[in-house]
Amino acid sequence: MKRVQYLAIPAWTPGWMMVMAALAVIIAIAGGAVLYMEHQGHWVTGMTNQVVWGMPHVFAIFLIVAASGALNVASIGSVFGREPYQPLGRLSALMAMALLAGGLGVLVLDLGRPDRLVVAITHFNVKSIFAWNVILYSGFFAVVGFYLWAMIDWRMKRAYKPAAITAFLWRLILTTGTGSIFGFLLARDAYNAAVMAPLFIAMSFAFGLALFILFILGATTALNRPLSMELVRRKGRLLGLFVAANLYFVAIQHVTALYMADRVAVETFLLLQGGLYTALFWGGQVLLGALVPLILVFRPNASRCRVRAASVLVVLGGIAQIYVILIGGQAFPLTLFPGMEVSSSFQDGLVAAYAPTAAEILLGLGGFALALLIAVIGASALRILPASLGDGDEATAEIILAEGDPVAAP
Amino acid sequence: MNMLRAVMLALLLGLAFVASPVATAQAGEAGPSFPKAQGSCVDDPATMRRHHFDFLTHQRDDTLRAGIRGAKYSLKECVTCHASTAANGKPVPVNAPGQFCQSCHAYAAVTIDCFSCHATTPQTAEAKP
Amino acid sequence: MSQPTSRRDLLKAAAIGAVAIAPGLTLIAPAAARPLGTGASAANRWGLLIDTSKCDAGCTACVDACKTEMGLTGHDRPLTDSQYIRKVDVTDPASGHRHSLPVMCQHCAKPPCVDVCPTGASMKRADGIVLVDRHICIGCRYCMMACPYKARSFIHEDQSGQKPDNPRGKGCVESCTLCAHRIDAGGQPACVESCAKDGRAAMLFGDLNDPNSEISRRVSTEATSRIRADLGVEPAIRYQGI
Repeated sequence: MKRVQYLAIPAWTPGWMMVMAALAVIIAIAGGAVLYMEHQGHWVTGMTNQVVWGMPHVFAIFLIVAASGALNVASIGSVFGREPYQPLGRLSALMAMALLAGGLGVLVLDLGRPDRLVVAITHFNVKSIFAWNVILYSGFFAVVGFYLWAMIDWRMKRAYKPAAITAFLWRLILTTGTGSIFGFLLARDAYNAAVMAPLFIAMSFAFGLALFILFILGATTALNRPLSMELVRRKGRLLGLFVAANLYFVAIQHVTALYMADRVAVETFLLLQGGLYTALFWGGQVLLGALVPLILVFRPNASRCRVRAASVLVVLGGIAQIYVILIGGQAFPLTLFPGMEVSSSFQDGLVAAYAPTAAEILLGLGGFALALLIAVIGASALRILPASLGDGDEATAEIILAEGDPVAAP
Repeated sequence: MNMLRAVMLALLLGLAFVASPVATAQAGEAGPSFPKAQGSCVDDPATMRRHHFDFLTHQRDDTLRAGIRGAKYSLKECVTCHASTAANGKPVPVNAPGQFCQSCHAYAAVTIDCFSCHATTPQTAEAKP
Repeated sequence: MSQPTSRRDLLKAAAIGAVAIAPGLTLIAPAAARPLGTGASAANRWGLLIDTSKCDAGCTACVDACKTEMGLTGHDRPLTDSQYIRKVDVTDPASGHRHSLPVMCQHCAKPPCVDVCPTGASMKRADGIVLVDRHICIGCRYCMMACPYKARSFIHEDQSGQKPDNPRGKGCVESCTLCAHRIDAGGQPACVESCAKDGRAAMLFGDLNDPNSEISRRVSTEATSRIRADLGVEPAIRYQGI
């Protein structure tokens, strides 16, 4: 087996400083947005008593779902023994933790009483999937953190395989928990379905890998480290597989609902008459987020640029998908009196209008910036990124160039 | 390096030592001042001063979750007795500056979370819009 | 068969007597105030029976009374202002038949809001009243996602001038308490009282667990239904004519 050399990202270089400063500015702006929303109260956001979860939750759910997906590369390498993926295991674990931290940050800062966060730990309702997620999320940091340690420290070699399997199972359960937040809602026609859990797992595979590919492409370019085109294509094809799986579960979700007479109304809304939601579904989620990336990555000899474009589209399509699920599902009115037309002072029977405000979007982007900041700092402090992801001589030459010393390991 | 740290620590401790008697002396002289309530409290003032938050926290769960009414330490009763009346006959919120709750909490530098939700004036006085 | 007469029974008899000697008043059997220091009991199951044939579309007596009782002043922002109770006008598109009814927290026996709440702030009292313990509510709004009746509101801004009996503040979720403070004192919900006074007495409050209560007698002899009974959450609010 080829020996893999890992090198930390050199910190305090001008480029590094610039990236850090830019991310810090975005996070600071997001912090300002939080202070504004929490001080004024939620009435300054687009969220209402009808659409209770808004744009911050779209970003938070995307990041949390992508977090567990980002761990896949490590799992494929160590649980399923695929060698080409093993050098990327460390980065995979680090990105998983970073993305989860970013997502949770957004989620927590949108609470009505974020100052009472400690209550979520001291008071625990065992019947609540939300409460279980508190354990699953915090446990994820512990499990993946340990996994990362087992990957980095050769003295932990014995723990490597068990840690890898635990982390893999944990991320599956975690995403099941996230999907079940919606799956367990008996009253909402757009949710309440067991398919939500596997759907979210398929989504996580696709979104997590897309973000991972983007980070790898960006990092190797910025650090001028070689990257094998074969590896990029391989990842691209894997992304295509995940996108197809996501599309499959989306189809199952909607076809099943269309078959139930009482859900035809909500499906008609989402798929045909929902205006923005319909456009986002067909144009954003299905066309740009799935079909176009599939074509891009499965074309023979897909270029680096194509794989990058496919990944960007999967990310944007993913945000559209969560927007349609989350906001579209809430915008459709609850059915209190099946078959009847209703009206009231409380928006009964009306499709709720929701327009995200700048503060909400800034908070969400802050989550992305936080995740990236953690990933870059982590990769700068620890040996996370392989010195080279190239093939053959190119790789060795690069290590010599980077270290200024031949790889003379005994 | 360690030497420097030791010196810094010694300086800090010394500063604290010098500062503490001053603080105590100030407390003895000035203390918070607030309007006195009529009648007597449900418990002796020293106990209330030290434990009122424990009493209230405990009883709030009994009242809300178990539905037990009329127990000894009621925040509503605190407000009933301790809200003073302004010159125009209107009750003054207990968390207004200088009033019973606020004056002491400001002195102790402890924020009160109660009154983001709980009424700050007695029941009988209808809050006019 | 002689059983020891409790103070409760005495009070009840007195109340029925009072109704008997005051003809013209709606027959309401108010519960006795629970003795101070005792908690809500599973022996009670407080509920409402709402006869929609007596509920006029334009009448908002119950809604107005609720706002006054609970101090829901609002900010003229209908999308974010709290509503514990609302009037819903229902039209059958096939026949054109219309009726109107009040909808509030249905105080389910199996409340989805309680199941999903991560901290246990959403809770059901022993006597079946569903409440939000706002001391530990973190404002996640998952209960609002879960409620089939859209009964809950989120407090979107700072509040002042709250009623002592209904503490409420920014960042927490709230909903109808069935006027627990009145029930504990032996009274009945403000909406029921005002419906009897200003409306056509469409609402009846009582103990569904007490076979001798007026509400139990009517529920056992007349056809009643519940909103979305198919969901199986077993609301304590029953309706006639929906």
